[in-house]
Amino acid sequence: MEGKAIRLRSLRKVFGKTEAVAGIDLSIADGEFFSMLGPSGSGKTTVLRMIAGFEAPTSGTVELAGKDVTRLAPFERDVHTVFQDYALFPHMTVEQNVAYGMKVRKTPKAERLRRAEEALASVRLESFGKRRPSQLSGGQRQRVALARALVNRPRVLLLDEPLGALDLKLREQMQIELKELQREVGITFVFVTHDQDEALTMSDRIAVFQDGRLEQTGTPAEIYERPATPFVAGFVGTSNLLAGETAEQVVGKPGTFSVRPEKIRVLKDAADDPEPEHSTATGTVAEVVYLGDATRFLVDLDAGGRLTAVQQNLETSSEDVAAYRGSRVRLQWHHRHNFPISQPS
Amino acid sequence: MTKTEPAAGSVRRLAGTLHRRPRLQLSLLLSAPLTWLVLAYLGSLAALFMSAFWTTDTFTSNVVKVWSGDNFKTLVTAEVYREVALRSVGVALAVTVICAVIAFPIAFFTARIAAPRWRPLLVVAILTPLWASYLVKAYAWRIILAEGGLLEWMLSPLGLDGPGYGLTATILVLTYLWLPYMILPIHTGLEQIPENLLDASSDLGARTGRTFRSVVLPVLLPSIAAGSVFTFSLSLGDYISVQIVGGKTQLIGNLIYSNITLDLPLAAALGTVPVVIIVFYLLAVRRTGALSSL
Repeated sequence: MEGKAIRLRSLRKVFGKTEAVAGIDLSIADGEFFSMLGPSGSGKTTVLRMIAGFEAPTSGTVELAGKDVTRLAPFERDVHTVFQDYALFPHMTVEQNVAYGMKVRKTPKAERLRRAEEALASVRLESFGKRRPSQLSGGQRQRVALARALVNRPRVLLLDEPLGALDLKLREQMQIELKELQREVGITFVFVTHDQDEALTMSDRIAVFQDGRLEQTGTPAEIYERPATPFVAGFVGTSNLLAGETAEQVVGKPGTFSVRPEKIRVLKDAADDPEPEHSTATGTVAEVVYLGDATRFLVDLDAGGRLTAVQQNLETSSEDVAAYRGSRVRLQWHHRHNFPISQPS
Repeated sequence: MTKTEPAAGSVRRLAGTLHRRPRLQLSLLLSAPLTWLVLAYLGSLAALFMSAFWTTDTFTSNVVKVWSGDNFKTLVTAEVYREVALRSVGVALAVTVICAVIAFPIAFFTARIAAPRWRPLLVVAILTPLWASYLVKAYAWRIILAEGGLLEWMLSPLGLDGPGYGLTATILVLTYLWLPYMILPIHTGLEQIPENLLDASSDLGARTGRTFRSVVLPVLLPSIAAGSVFTFSLSLGDYISVQIVGGKTQLIGNLIYSNITLDLPLAAALGTVPVVIIVFYLLAVRRTGALSSL
């Protein structure tokens, strides 16, 4: 059986009068790439800081590798953190930054230097050891921060929105690198982000946070295809909910259902008969957004409500797309793409 | 707006002229302060250096404007001047070190522990002693340190004596006087250390003491050096406190002061000593990078 790297039990944190974390139960397996996803203020960073030991929980426990560490200081835990703003020591060179953890643990100097060099090579910064952090670009600083944490071979690596300050291209590149690095070293990664694409791209499992609570935990596919709550449906991907009477008419059952925009086909001829096993709805195109590789249609349904549909631009161009605005269409998708969502009472 | 309004009125015309002629703008801005700086400040410093090379008629005590290096020869050869100079530097260093040691915990509290809304108030509280007159504070200390004074009264239950007037009292009073100048830069420096830097050190396995030595102190060094420029130079130049609470203690400051009426050229030559020491001190401090953050 796989060991549990981290286990949180009824973890709570109250700051003054606000409850930042409202009771979290979670376990993360050894070697897992685990993301904590949520909007800012959802408590994900506070949970991370409690795992690292920077914040003491108001109640509940944190276990690392089966050992209760709730009351231990950060320097007593086998966990390292990569900070959002890198937190490199400005008065040390890159090499000294990377070697700091080993120096504190009194690793012999020769080994320290060798391992620092290796760690810098693993993030492709071998020739940067003698520079100061201020002489590096954002992406390079991020990699130094990674090397500084990984060089100590912690059991768990915590990453607090580490890619937030990078531009899009660099971020996408770093996402792939991080994932590869994690596979190579086999360390458990706990990755905090508010970016759903980032979470979906990299994670083995995702936990979605809102208002200090866990909304859903699951693989990226589970989270995306079968959101458990309206919040998850809206936060991960585009919110496309069918509720009340609309749901009864379109899906044929009462309840609330989520449909992903790319599953919906937009048919020009509103009068066509629907295919069997398909849900269908007629409506008027309220807005068309040309995205280059795809087009997004916002359709006001005759049954009430609005759905977003995304179509790949296989043969269409921007001119064709514009002609859709205000026209009558029929939307159609397979039954299996209707996911029932438990409505909070 | 469809077209640019033509400049109207003399003020606008002047503003336009200045905008087109940045050199004229700069010279208008700087000519008055530069005149002040060159004439009043550098001028008096030059006068000091020049008069240091004059001599005094021993009979009439009048200044004789004959060039000679005798005053400096006296400074270097006479034992008493070397002693006083060394003592003054020692006092200035002691005051600086004590100020730094006291200032750090205070600044740590005001910059990092106190609730953020209290911080400005605490800074004001640290600055309030600077609003009171130097003389009033020095005489207040004279009363505190007096025989049978407050300090003795407080120490007697412990079986201790007060320091009385003398070198210790001088250091004590100077430390009291210049402490705010050390607290402020350290407070600012501590405020600017990102919390994450301390977290990162702890995260990498460093205990509090290690984080203090390896992260806080080095990052704070420029701030401490900046504060020390104030405490060191103010202590080195002081001549009043030592007269009020110093007993028979002689420092450069009061040696200069007492020579002004007796032998002005010698006083001037003595006056160059702290200037030279402080120049060397500043050169040393510059290496820490403190001057660029002042």
